[in-house]
Amino acid sequence: MEFLADTVILSRLQFALTAIFHMLWPVLTTGMAIYLIVVEGLWLKTRNKNYYYHARFWSKLYVLNFGIGVASGIPMEFQFGTNWTPFSQAVGDFFGSVLGFEASMAFMLEAGFLGIMLFGWERVPPVVHYFATIMVALGANLSIFWILSANSWLQTPAGGQFIDGHFVVSDYFQAIFNPFMLNSVLHMFFATLETSLFVIGGISAWYILNQKNSEFFALSLKIVLAIAIAVTPLQIYIGHLSGEQVYHHQPTKLAAMEAQWETIPAGESPAWSAIAIPNDRAEKNDWEISIPGLLSYILEIKPQLSEPVLGLKEYAPEDRPHQIGLIYYAFRIMIAIGFFLAGLMALTTLQWLRGKLSPDKITQQRWLLRIWMLAAPLGYIAVESGWIVRCVGRQPWTVYGEIRTVDAASNLPAANVLTSLTAFAIVYSILFVFALYFGSRIIRIGPNFNLPVPGEEIAEELDTTPAEHRPDSRPVEAQQ
Amino acid sequence: MESLQYFLPQVWFFVLALFLFLYVMLDGFDLGVGILSITASTEERRGMLMTSLGNVWDANETWLVLMGGALFGAFPLAYGTILQALYIPVMVMIFGLIFRAVAFEFRENARTKVFWNIAFGGGSFLAALGQGFALGAILQGIAVDDAGHFIGGTWDWLSLRSLLTALTLIQGYVLIGSTYLITKTEGDLQATHYWTARISAVTTFIGAVYLTITTPIFSESARARLFDPPLVYIFALIPLLGALLIFLLLRSLYLQQEKRPFVWTLLLFLVSFIGLGLVIFPYIIPTQITIYQAAASPSSLVFMIIFIGFLIPIMLAYNIYNYIVFRGKVVSIEPE
Ligand code: HDD
Ligand code: HEM
Ligand code: HEM
Repeated sequence: MEFLADTVILSRLQFALTAIFHMLWPVLTTGMAIYLIVVEGLWLKTRNKNYYYHARFWSKLYVLNFGIGVASGIPMEFQFGTNWTPFSQAVGDFFGSVLGFEASMAFMLEAGFLGIMLFGWERVPPVVHYFATIMVALGANLSIFWILSANSWLQTPAGGQFIDGHFVVSDYFQAIFNPFMLNSVLHMFFATLETSLFVIGGISAWYILNQKNSEFFALSLKIVLAIAIAVTPLQIYIGHLSGEQVYHHQPTKLAAMEAQWETIPAGESPAWSAIAIPNDRAEKNDWEISIPGLLSYILEIKPQLSEPVLGLKEYAPEDRPHQIGLIYYAFRIMIAIGFFLAGLMALTTLQWLRGKLSPDKITQQRWLLRIWMLAAPLGYIAVESGWIVRCVGRQPWTVYGEIRTVDAASNLPAANVLTSLTAFAIVYSILFVFALYFGSRIIRIGPNFNLPVPGEEIAEELDTTPAEHRPDSRPVEAQQ
Repeated sequence: MESLQYFLPQVWFFVLALFLFLYVMLDGFDLGVGILSITASTEERRGMLMTSLGNVWDANETWLVLMGGALFGAFPLAYGTILQALYIPVMVMIFGLIFRAVAFEFRENARTKVFWNIAFGGGSFLAALGQGFALGAILQGIAVDDAGHFIGGTWDWLSLRSLLTALTLIQGYVLIGSTYLITKTEGDLQATHYWTARISAVTTFIGAVYLTITTPIFSESARARLFDPPLVYIFALIPLLGALLIFLLLRSLYLQQEKRPFVWTLLLFLVSFIGLGLVIFPYIIPTQITIYQAAASPSSLVFMIIFIGFLIPIMLAYNIYNYIVFRGKVVSIEPE
């Protein structure tokens, strides 16, 4: 229990806990926003009311997520200063300004149009509403852009120099578009989209299985499927590119991801370790099953390595990550999920082509629908695993090769951090349980088909909405 | 180039003050309404109070996030030192904001609302309390070494004076919250808030007067600055303006003019804010670290001002549009 008195470890635990928890919510609000653009667009184009009810129904889950995303984002913004003071002071010139851009460009945009998107259906013309939906999605996705730029910079710092321990930017463009940036943004963008698609698909599958509005939800399942055909294979490819960039820029992380203790010289075609029990102390894997010749294909899609893969033993213990098992398995879990979701997409597409997803037959696809329900949480697990690979694999550095984690942490009394860490653990557990509970209640209640469709019942009277309470919306405000 | 080193930090001091003011004004009434919700007599009334914020609280809170990011980028030294020194009040504020934020979504879906009512009212109160202590602590000074790193103790922020500052800020939030509710409600509910506005106007005034009068006594350097010839006239003007505005505010409350109390309160906030800014300038950690010492390198400040400065009018525009779309009163409905 020594770590309870170690401020650095406590701050790391607190950052890990708050980041892992925060990450759960924006995933859906960024990915689902794109789905909402699609259905609202389809509604405007076809005027088929079902699309409109889809927009209304899913945005209820959206706003629930949104609230918790915002609530858990606030601690992220201030934690750099409270718990990582030396880090903040050293890199604030760049890192802080990126957070400023994120707030001014992304968060504000999203927050500014969210009210209209959720409650403005009868207050603004449909086109303006659609614009608001697009702005919300744009805001959410811009925040991915900026926060991943900031995080990628921690992985591959560029665009300036450390002068007396203070990072001075000489080229903003290079710093923002640092080597990891573009690919990481893409990988994260598709991760949120893929996760959201399978959440929507899984919930739709539940309705269809239970014969509740199955025709209505067959529609969302098909929209999801149509998008997933493109997204799931692409994500695997981009994931491969992520692996490649780690290989070239962060040898210690790559060695940890592959639990490679010994260096493999260039020109070989080494085996890929599929399952292993890495042993930090003995500096070897106690047990291992590997697939011959696969590693160079995974890293370069080539039979032979063009660069050596440096082993962990090349580095002194204080210069390489620890928790090798965690990094190694997190990486494999993510890959397994990536392939599983692509496989599920392929299988379902096949059934679709065979006509098995038509309204009268779809309810018979019981096993397929059950797999879809099972797949709903998998995206989240892949996302969290990916982040564990990225952040734990970066250790012992906070800024790779420049600032060590031990030097990045504030010198706070351990009791303070222990108290806030405990409070976060308790509060977040409660929020998590209630979010699931209220989420499932929204799902059990289901869509409300009595909502007025804008442009039908109250045409031309957008500005004089009568004061009354309607289900599915906040109590209506009267106009003056 | 010499002058740029002074000019840029000054620009950023102003921009940060603008963000902070927008935050204090906008989330100020949110938090005030939240605190007032503790006293709401019925579940329906509480629902209406929350409805009056439903579509704006998130955008309002984002000014705080923006202020945090901009402070981090423009004055990294101050961002780190202040947040480390104020670990406890900042955490209190964070947890308050968490409770407040989730209460909106959870209460709407819950059958038993009590728990989330407490989260909403209590969270708003905690957030305001944390902010008040933080402000009080910054005004009384933070112990730092020559390099600007924090060297004080964990509880330095706690003092009678910071407690008084916190209480005054809470009163101020209740005041602006009440006047906001006057514009957003009618009938009984409105009458209640004419009343809460009157009380909090008086208590805020007393707190503010006490803090203003005691500032020069408590802090050496503030006294030196305050009584310097050119500034002394401005400083003399601020309390006078404040007194005038309080008078106008109480009068408009008495005459039950719907919109004006809110306007007078805003101006009152603005005047106090300018006063505060003048006392603090050119320090960012009062009497220890100036904005010039804490500033990021000029290249960063330039890049940030191009980016964020360009966005300020756009942000203001769509925020105002949002208020226009949802203008009007929250009317009585019967949920169940
Ligand atoms: C739905 C989510 C999802 C799926 C299916 C995958 N990933 Fe992933 N992965 C992420 C979600 C994610 C992530 C959470 O978004 C990460 C963390 C940080 C980042 O940029 O993306 C990530 C990071 C990440 C990294 C670490 C980059 C670094 O440390 O800098 C690698 C090497 C991969 N991924 C590789 C893959 C491969 C080979 C996959 C193929 C099957 C794969 N990912 C599927
Ligand atoms: C990959 C990591 C992250 C992504 C993709 C992400 C994305 C988002 C998104 C989309 C939101 C909007 C709220 C919502 O839609 O639920 C949000 C909220 C927020 N995030 Fe994160 N975030 C990440 C990590 C962080 C980090 C490290 C910080 C710390 C600076 C942070 C700070 C915030 C803040 C302060 C909010 C609330 C903003 C508001 O008031 O609207 N986020 N995040
Ligand atoms: C994109 C925004 C993010 C940034 C800027 C960021 C940055 C950081 C920083 C500064 C630390 C503390 C210093 C350190 O331990 O190196 C850290 C640690 C950590 N972060 Fe991230 N992080 C981000 C997103 C995430 C997300 C979304 C997750 C998880 C889902 C995550 C997981 C972790 C973990 C597990 C640690 C602790 C690692 C350890 O100490 O062993 N991070 N990160």
